Amino acid sequence: MAYEPVLLRHVGHPEVRTVAGYRERGGYRGLEQALTMEPDEVIEAVKDSGLRGRGGAGFPAGLKWSFIPKETDQPKYLVCNADESEPGTYKDRILMEEDPQQLIEGCAICCYAVSANTCYIYIRGEYVEQAEILEEAIRDAYQAGVLGDSVMGKGFKLDMYVHRGAGAYICGEETGMLESLEGKRGQPRIKPPFPAVVGAFGCPTVINNVETLCNVPHILERGADWFKQIGTDERNTGPKLYCVSGHVERPGTYEYPIGATLNQIIEGCGGMWRGRQLKAFIPGGASAPMLPAEFADTPLDFDNLAKAGSMLGSAAVVVMDDQTDLVRSVYRLAKFFNHESCGQCTPCREGTNWAELVLKKIVAGNGKPGDDELILRICRNMGGTTLCPLADAAVGPLRSLVQNFPDEVRAWLDSDGALTPARQYFSEGVTV
Amino acid sequence: MADTNGARLPDEIRDAIDALRPRYPTEEALLLPALHLAQRHWDGWLPDEAIEAVAHELNLTPAKVYGVVTFYDLYHQKPVGRHRLRVCTNLSCALRGAEEVLASLKNHLQVDENEVTPDGKCSFVHFECLGACEQAPMMMVDDDYRGHLTPESVRQIVEELD
Ligand SMILES: Cc1cc2nc3c(=O)[nH]c(=O)nc-3n(C[C@H](O)[C@H](O)[C@H](O)COP(=O)(O)O)c2cc1C
Ligand code: SF4
Ligand code: FES
Repeated sequence: MAYEPVLLRHVGHPEVRTVAGYRERGGYRGLEQALTMEPDEVIEAVKDSGLRGRGGAGFPAGLKWSFIPKETDQPKYLVCNADESEPGTYKDRILMEEDPQQLIEGCAICCYAVSANTCYIYIRGEYVEQAEILEEAIRDAYQAGVLGDSVMGKGFKLDMYVHRGAGAYICGEETGMLESLEGKRGQPRIKPPFPAVVGAFGCPTVINNVETLCNVPHILERGADWFKQIGTDERNTGPKLYCVSGHVERPGTYEYPIGATLNQIIEGCGGMWRGRQLKAFIPGGASAPMLPAEFADTPLDFDNLAKAGSMLGSAAVVVMDDQTDLVRSVYRLAKFFNHESCGQCTPCREGTNWAELVLKKIVAGNGKPGDDELILRICRNMGGTTLCPLADAAVGPLRSLVQNFPDEVRAWLDSDGALTPARQYFSEGVTV
Repeated sequence: MADTNGARLPDEIRDAIDALRPRYPTEEALLLPALHLAQRHWDGWLPDEAIEAVAHELNLTPAKVYGVVTFYDLYHQKPVGRHRLRVCTNLSCALRGAEEVLASLKNHLQVDENEVTPDGKCSFVHFECLGACEQAPMMMVDDDYRGHLTPESVRQIVEELD
């Protein structure tokens, strides 16, 4: 049976950017439904659906909402994470461009469920056009009575604002994002306290990814049971966007039930680029350990990827063909993590720097036997020793390079580093 | 309140900031939006005067504002070209030839990263993933995304800028 897209069902219908156009195509029924329910019932429905966070960690969304204290006079906030800076990831951009009202609806339902009267959409600073699309859609939602003093005339007050970041990967980490929203350097906070208790401006705050929130209207409209039927099992439910890049014929964002395999995804992308062979892939963005071609049949969901030694992360699937130099690829990622470390924790600040230097030395042809061990030692010193998970993220590609592709590393260590054709480019023949 | 050398924001930026005030419970939260506005006004970068004016407007110390400015990649403390090019060289773009695109651009402009061409037209930097990997290799030209670049097309794009 052909799969009917849920999250991307409005692609190619730009009229849905307005409330009227979105309603015309069936939008805002989830919010209408939610407003007939008690807030706790909404939380229960989302819990029951099994929806897990799409921003990286896969935390159950309903459970997160239930942590927001009920008996408090403090204001509560929703901060929607639209920072999207994980290398390889661009699904949230597509969702905001193609269906901004879907996101507004998801945010509104979440706010109603946790009694938050203010929602900030924290969007990466580079997404200028997307921020404008959202601003426009929000303006329209105010005019249509979806936002403002009385959401859909039901007496619930909700304000929604777009807040632009200014170029820093670490502001995607939830507490770095809160600092940034408050007008500070985006340096992650010590947890606990967790944002659900002390979040934005010292108040209880939910933080959810764009895609997570875009799932919510459908759960309310069609029910948790419908949602649970999509996916691999009861711990991996719902539709999922996979953003595919690298060596496939048609890179792009594709929607499947969560748990599609790489083989399926590559086929959907029109096959491997220029008919080449698969060598390796990253299933979930730069932080996810790299896997060899043997895992092309693994369902790409939270638990199956964890079992395979990697993670679903942001479901940014980076496909690398048989001409790709994996050491140079990981060197590029090591540079990224070194650049983005906020510098608060010594193991992260120093470790990401060392990792870059060691790999730089190797790809310059000056690697020594034992450098592979050195990389693993750096990983051991970084993992689990820091304030936020960026250091663990940096370890992902490094450790997987040495452990899953030892021959690739050794080939560099044993050679003089001359740029053979296969090494000259990440992939040869790029000039199309 | 530290001395801000008498620097002041122009009225239209102050008005724009005032319009945003009701959105936030603190004045400090206006800092990123204010810096974006100021940078736009000051031709794409933030001279000391701009930073001090923002500090004054939001009752923050200049040191605090400098600290924030230096943290984020999109704020610049040196003049930039009339057009700002950001070439993504992260993995997905590199896999499709970003290094060659960057080399071609650099060769064409005959300046280094973060320098402005003598005619003031362009400056460029390499950048981390810009969230458009399906168009790899890609770059941003000011606020716009340009994808599927080749070493040839990147020169062409620069030529067509005014
Ligand atoms: C270094 C780092 C960067 C992150 N970047 C993002 C991001 O760009 N977008 C995002 O949604 N989550 C990102 N996260 C995850 C967030 O911290 C947080 O878990 C997530 O936004 C929660 O939303 P979810 O439960 O809906 O997934 C990042 C985490 C880390 C450690
Ligand atoms: S782990 Fe790295 S990025 Fe995270 S808080 Fe520490 S230094 Fe900053
Ligand atoms: S890697 Fe270049 S846009 Fe993502």
